[in-house]
Amino acid sequence: MRHGKYPFIIGFLVVPLALYLVFVVGAYLQMFQLSFTDWSGFGGFHYVGFDNFVKLMEDPVFWIALRHNLYILIAMPIVTIAIALFFAFLLNVGGKSRGGTTQGVRGSKAYRIIFFFPQLLALAIVAVIFGRVFGPDRSGMLNGLFPDSWSPWLFLADERWALLCIAVVLIWQQIGFYVVLFSAGMGSIGQEIYEAAALDGATKVTLFFRITLPLLWDTLQVAWVYLGIAAFDLFALVNIMSVNKGGPNNATQVLSYQIYLNAFQNSQAGYASAIGVVLFFLTLTFAALTLRVTRRDAVA
Amino acid sequence: MTNLVTTPPAVAARPAPAEAGKGRVNPLNGVAHLALFLWALVTAGPLIWVLLASFKSNTEIFLGKPFSLPEHFSLKTYTDAWSEAHIGQYFVNSIIVVAISTAGTMLLGSMAAYVLARYRFPGNRAIYYLFVSGLAFPTFMALAPIFGIVKSLGLLNTFTGLILVYIAYSLSFTVFFLTAFFRTLPHEIDEAALVDGAGHLRRFFQIMMPMAKSGLISITIFNIVGQWNQYLLPVVIMQGSGSDTNWVLTQGIANISVQAGYHAEWSTLFAALTLSIIPMIVVYAIFQRQIQAGLTAGAVK
Repeated sequence: MRHGKYPFIIGFLVVPLALYLVFVVGAYLQMFQLSFTDWSGFGGFHYVGFDNFVKLMEDPVFWIALRHNLYILIAMPIVTIAIALFFAFLLNVGGKSRGGTTQGVRGSKAYRIIFFFPQLLALAIVAVIFGRVFGPDRSGMLNGLFPDSWSPWLFLADERWALLCIAVVLIWQQIGFYVVLFSAGMGSIGQEIYEAAALDGATKVTLFFRITLPLLWDTLQVAWVYLGIAAFDLFALVNIMSVNKGGPNNATQVLSYQIYLNAFQNSQAGYASAIGVVLFFLTLTFAALTLRVTRRDAVA
Repeated sequence: MTNLVTTPPAVAARPAPAEAGKGRVNPLNGVAHLALFLWALVTAGPLIWVLLASFKSNTEIFLGKPFSLPEHFSLKTYTDAWSEAHIGQYFVNSIIVVAISTAGTMLLGSMAAYVLARYRFPGNRAIYYLFVSGLAFPTFMALAPIFGIVKSLGLLNTFTGLILVYIAYSLSFTVFFLTAFFRTLPHEIDEAALVDGAGHLRRFFQIMMPMAKSGLISITIFNIVGQWNQYLLPVVIMQGSGSDTNWVLTQGIANISVQAGYHAEWSTLFAALTLSIIPMIVVYAIFQRQIQAGLTAGAVK
């Protein structure tokens, strides 16, 4: 190769790599180190062996948070994907039949624009809006809509419903993105496939399950991974919407919030790092499982 | 994004197959319209409600009837939100931080991606995978160490600190996406320029960057939206006394919400929310296509 190749390569890589090593790789490595210390977040620290991990195993709040994360990790993607598929299907093939072919419903472009918009709003701002939508008195949007004779619903202040309210907000924000994603996928499926099937007398429902769904399988997998990531990171929603810091009575406690609370409110940065380490292995498991599932499909 | 399944006119003009019937009403059609319309309401409803409530007095808000029109229109709540609640300040902060950090992310990210995509050298794969592995882990995992590192560099409560952290955490996806993109670009033009004696730097800035324009635009939009909406990192880096003058918009709104909660005084909050949503609507109206393409770019590879 030409003279001067290596100075050029080094020149182009050194700054991005340095930033990445200091702030990202450095942070992850320190997380492992700090998880074995009693660091409060300020000043020095001592090594305490596996104390943080022992404490973690015995900490009921940690297990509650982990359980909530798993609930949302399972339920949220399924619900979001199902609803988004339904709307995408209606947008693309819910229209009138003409000459044996189907077309998109009228106004499908406008629907897509409206549905997608929440994706553009910061989750923090969505959380503030829905904090008021779920307001526990008549100033809340939903309670304002209910008949006067009803006593106000508590929503986020009711420990039976608080976590569900938070999951609903996430679904509200995410659906439009997947409607657009799935629509694009459906749009790229050849019209002649649908025509042929429709000529053979296939119903809309058959079309959906026998043609649309299998051809969208790759997109669905990507959606699953993205939703899984979103389902893990509920920090903004819980920090802003939850009553009493992940309450009431820990009903909305999740791992990201536990890490934050321990690091910055309880001055237990070492312990927060230990939770991070557990999360590291959970994420690896999730990633490995996803890869495994994807690869099996590729073989089949 | 807009490849709608529409029937080309030629098909419509053709005699329809006997059993399909001409212009037969699809029973799904009514249901489809109803369902789609309802979801459009559910999506737009809370935003319209915020807009209406921003003009209402606190008493009106507590009367219920969320979708009634305000008794009189006044911009008082808006001036309060802009100056007293410092929304204007937070806005400017957000713009400064995101402008610099997105520019930095794009410059550094495309430099790294270009070298990783088009040059062979020992360690190329290792560096690539190092960047990409960052995609697997959530940012909040290492909150305490991020705080520690920024603090030890003396960058807590500074724009510089926030910008550097934004860039570092945006590099994984940017490098991943752009490396794939640079690989797909043809080699011929690049080689022709090499023969003509263009140096490495010139080929990057004058040949590769213009050729990669579409990919660069997508990922720029992706980064702007992502960084504008960031909440976790500012909360960690801009904390402690006196940090509030450096807060970004998301943080500021969340704080106004907490303050409003103490006094059960909501109208300023609704004005602040409206002020933060309107620019997004304007930008979305103008760049709707590019934004949908940019945000879904990551998912469709």
